[in-house]
Amino acid sequence: MSKPSLKQVWEWLDAVPDPEIPVISLVDLGIIRDVDWQEDTLCVTVTPTYSGCPATSIINLDIETALRDHGVEKLELKRQLSPAWTTDWLTDKGREKLEKYGIAPPQPAGGPKRCPLCGGTDLEKISQFGSTPCKAHWRCRACAEPFDYFKCI
Amino acid sequence: MADKLNKNDALFQFLLRLGDNTLVLGHRVSEWCGHSPVLEEDIALANTALDMIGQTQFWLGLAGEVEGKGRTADNLAFLRDVWDFRNLLLVEQPNGDFGQTMMRQFLFDAWHSIMLGRLMKSSDQRIADIAEKASKEVAYHLERSADTVAGLGDGTEESHAKMQTALDLLWPYIGEMFVGDEVDAEMVKAGVAPDPASLRDEYDALVGRVLADATLTTPDSKFAHKGGKTGMRHSEHLGHILTQMQWLQRAYPGATW
Ligand SMILES: [Zn+2]
Repeated sequence: MSKPSLKQVWEWLDAVPDPEIPVISLVDLGIIRDVDWQEDTLCVTVTPTYSGCPATSIINLDIETALRDHGVEKLELKRQLSPAWTTDWLTDKGREKLEKYGIAPPQPAGGPKRCPLCGGTDLEKISQFGSTPCKAHWRCRACAEPFDYFKCI
Repeated sequence: MADKLNKNDALFQFLLRLGDNTLVLGHRVSEWCGHSPVLEEDIALANTALDMIGQTQFWLGLAGEVEGKGRTADNLAFLRDVWDFRNLLLVEQPNGDFGQTMMRQFLFDAWHSIMLGRLMKSSDQRIADIAEKASKEVAYHLERSADTVAGLGDGTEESHAKMQTALDLLWPYIGEMFVGDEVDAEMVKAGVAPDPASLRDEYDALVGRVLADATLTTPDSKFAHKGGKTGMRHSEHLGHILTQMQWLQRAYPGATW
């Protein structure tokens, strides 16, 4: 096969869902740091969200499966730790999808802007940690529902 | 010592110290999984443990690379015995009650956050990169453990008494963090890591502030239990941790998922 363009590869990767929050893609999550052809090998550079994130190995497997399905034969996955992943790298599209899904997107202020369920702004933090390493647990006093907040790091 | 320590051996030992701290404490904290006083704390402790185990993979992975004998992070974690571990005595101490666990976490997080901050400027780029990643997570750990120590210390009469008891019990274990040896001297010389003693002032200031908020009395004893980071004298607790942590690889060598 001829070498697919980098733009094409990014599009394929943008169709690979995050295993823990499948409404957003790996590209939305901001963990794909670089895609590059070196001779006839496609190099994909990935950074972990959290050191101990159990999804890391699944993510690598999903990337490999997706690209192989598209006919990429020579593939190299590289791990990059620095610069460390930050929620600033979430795409705008990803932020919108998170909120629609019921997860408040990260805010520079360090807490959710509004309840993703009813839009209420009277909110309280229940715990800095949530169902996955990247989330914190909050509650809305208006609708009384708990919700996940994608914490800002 | 008959053999002179070369830089590569020192670097290997130094990386074991970092990795064994997070491995042993990560394992200890994971013992709470399913047993915490409330669900939110259970999740928070499990997440903290997970971060530390993740950091362990980086440190011990690099240690294996530096050693150059083909040992992986898993090999180092599961196939060494007590005398080859290089963690601080503090992190192998039993969990005790929830307050004692959080006091141990706070005393470690405070040191860990300062240490990682310094290591971000390491002359070894691989170490600087791991420190940069880990320090973001540890900032979260420290915020939570400090808040919890302050909340429980300045809480009810009972929670205050328990936190003071925990502090008195664990205080003799912090001195070891600041004692340097030939490994540290080699790391300082190579610009890889700071002199452990140089962290003490910042540590005392940070811990002093939180303990004051917690209305707890800092013990005035400077006595320090030593022997964890050198591996010379671990407490009996480490052996018990390893029997649990390593039994599968010991009973079924090479087992994989
Ligand atoms: Zn609401």
